Amino acid sequence: MDKRKHTTLSGIELKASYGPEDIGLDRNVAAEAPGTYPFTRGITPEMYREQLWVMGQYSGFASAEEANQRYRYLIEKGQTGFSIALDLPTQMGLDSDHPMAEGEVGRCGVAIDSLKDMEILLEGIPFEKVRQMRTTANAIAPIILAMIVAFAEKKGVDPNGINVLLQNDILKEYFCRGTFIFPPGPSVKLAVDVVEYCAKHLNRWTPMAICGYHIRDAGATAVQELAFTLADAIAYLDAAVKRGVEIDLFAPRLYQFLGAHIDLLEEVAKFRAARRLWAKLMKERYGARKPESLALRIFAYTLGGALTAEQPLNNIVRVTIETLGAVLGGVQTLATSSYDEALSIPTEEAVTVSLRTQQIVAYESGVTGTADPLGGSYAIEYLTNEIERQVNEYLQKIEAYGGAVPCIEKGFFQKELADSAYRFQRMIDSGERVIVGVNRFRDEARSKIPVFKVDPESELRVVERTRKVRQTRNNAAVKRALDGVKRAAEGGDNVIPSIIAAVKEYATLGEICDTLKSVYGSYKPVNIC
Amino acid sequence: MTRVIRVLVAKPGLDGHDRGAKVVARALRDAGMEVIYTGLHATPEEIAEAAVQEDVDVVGLSILSGAHRTLVPKVVELVKKKGKEDVIFVAGGIIPEDDIPFLQEHGVSGVFGPGTPLEDIATFIRSHVSAARG
Repeated sequence: MDKRKHTTLSGIELKASYGPEDIGLDRNVAAEAPGTYPFTRGITPEMYREQLWVMGQYSGFASAEEANQRYRYLIEKGQTGFSIALDLPTQMGLDSDHPMAEGEVGRCGVAIDSLKDMEILLEGIPFEKVRQMRTTANAIAPIILAMIVAFAEKKGVDPNGINVLLQNDILKEYFCRGTFIFPPGPSVKLAVDVVEYCAKHLNRWTPMAICGYHIRDAGATAVQELAFTLADAIAYLDAAVKRGVEIDLFAPRLYQFLGAHIDLLEEVAKFRAARRLWAKLMKERYGARKPESLALRIFAYTLGGALTAEQPLNNIVRVTIETLGAVLGGVQTLATSSYDEALSIPTEEAVTVSLRTQQIVAYESGVTGTADPLGGSYAIEYLTNEIERQVNEYLQKIEAYGGAVPCIEKGFFQKELADSAYRFQRMIDSGERVIVGVNRFRDEARSKIPVFKVDPESELRVVERTRKVRQTRNNAAVKRALDGVKRAAEGGDNVIPSIIAAVKEYATLGEICDTLKSVYGSYKPVNIC
Repeated sequence: MTRVIRVLVAKPGLDGHDRGAKVVARALRDAGMEVIYTGLHATPEEIAEAAVQEDVDVVGLSILSGAHRTLVPKVVELVKKKGKEDVIFVAGGIIPEDDIPFLQEHGVSGVFGPGTPLEDIATFIRSHVSAARG
């Protein structure tokens, strides 16, 4: 018999079996019906019987033309949302002809320098078929918001009618993902500008999706993922409330963006615990009254870090398990990875298989026929409670540090993640944690699959277009508009209206960010390693 | 006594994914090497400067953004220009197999993709450094 300890992926020890005594006699699981507080079992009574989750792939590469083609292709294949993946220069507020952008333009997302690019990117998208259009705009969220508004107004459509989800979660960038521009203080201020503006003018948009996905992919356990996400959420919510934005005006539109990892039972429990933790936080800390404020909507993305470069077709199976975990966990939006993503951004074939995976789970597997089908399982209920308990313990530690911002500034989150990531890699190297094809069941020969290549010429096309935009616009009007952005930032006003005005004059992303940098300064990262 | 192996782990370009770089840095340190980490968003000039200042035997470049074909040759060239001809370059991240010969032609001795055991990287570095030192 195997005498090893059995643990979940995050190290929670599992017993041989669970019974009623493990889930607490005081807890009446049946009383937590789907659609009722604290929403552990789902945010609506009918869940997927009523409406399936939004299937929206994360995609974008090269220039706006190529990305636009892929969105239209995937919508034609039946996806019900999509996500604009932005390249790194765009995410960091650099125009494509900036020296630091060389070689990065259009590589892991599409390059957007000005409203011109956004117009090409969204041309001909059948928005009536798009339940949600997400975008990975964090430091630059105010500018992407402005570009979408300007695009819609030029087209004569109501921007509030496009179902936009802005990521707009800058804090995790400082300890997981690296696309920060300004220091944390002004960055949180800009994030709240977006929340406030949307609450007033774009109340159908999701102004923020607080992210655990990147925290998980940086090495976190499931518990750290939820704890750090909630700590970040508290920082934003406190700032918004302090500014006087009423909680029930924006909380119903918020999302959490979480990872979907391979440990099925733990992940189902994690999504359930995330909803319960959120409901209690909103009720007890913020006094939210609307049920929609208490019911957490989750966007899940199958974890990139769980994919292997070895035997890449095996990733289709991994993504299927992760998809099931997310669906059994009751998420509202799902993006799935493609099997070739440990090698490059996906080919059209790979991304189609990935979308088909969601469709097979949705239409063939039968798991959508009843809400929270695993609810009441002793093991799942135990794990849900245990994750909730451990997250609360972590949150107390974080609060003692003064919250998320001091934890980032002092490197606490960074250190915790580096420790977890290292521990996990050691477990793989020692064989304690099996990854098929990597440390067991290896093949000598590497299987060859087609790998997607971004056309290197597209970088030149983007640069050329931006130079032309700068030549043909009204440069005096651009200067006036940028002065307006500067005045708003200096005066501590909400900068969104001034940025919309600048974007409409075709001021570039780089110019607007440089203007903001002249007021807020730039951030130099803390190196914890 | 032979000098302890000195390694510069660098994140060139705009890519912010440094989980792998940090894990490798710590593993090499645990394997008895001295490791310096540049932190995120290092320019090729900053990396070359650090390689000279720190007098390293090895420069490890971690890139997951797809910009390796532009950034890696730049770093190698700048380090050599500064008179450090004997540095061993290794790379890791999301690097398609087809690009490995290109990187090798540009002075990279080893490319370590996802799934590489940490011990393999340490062993590779040890054997290459001892060969270089004669």
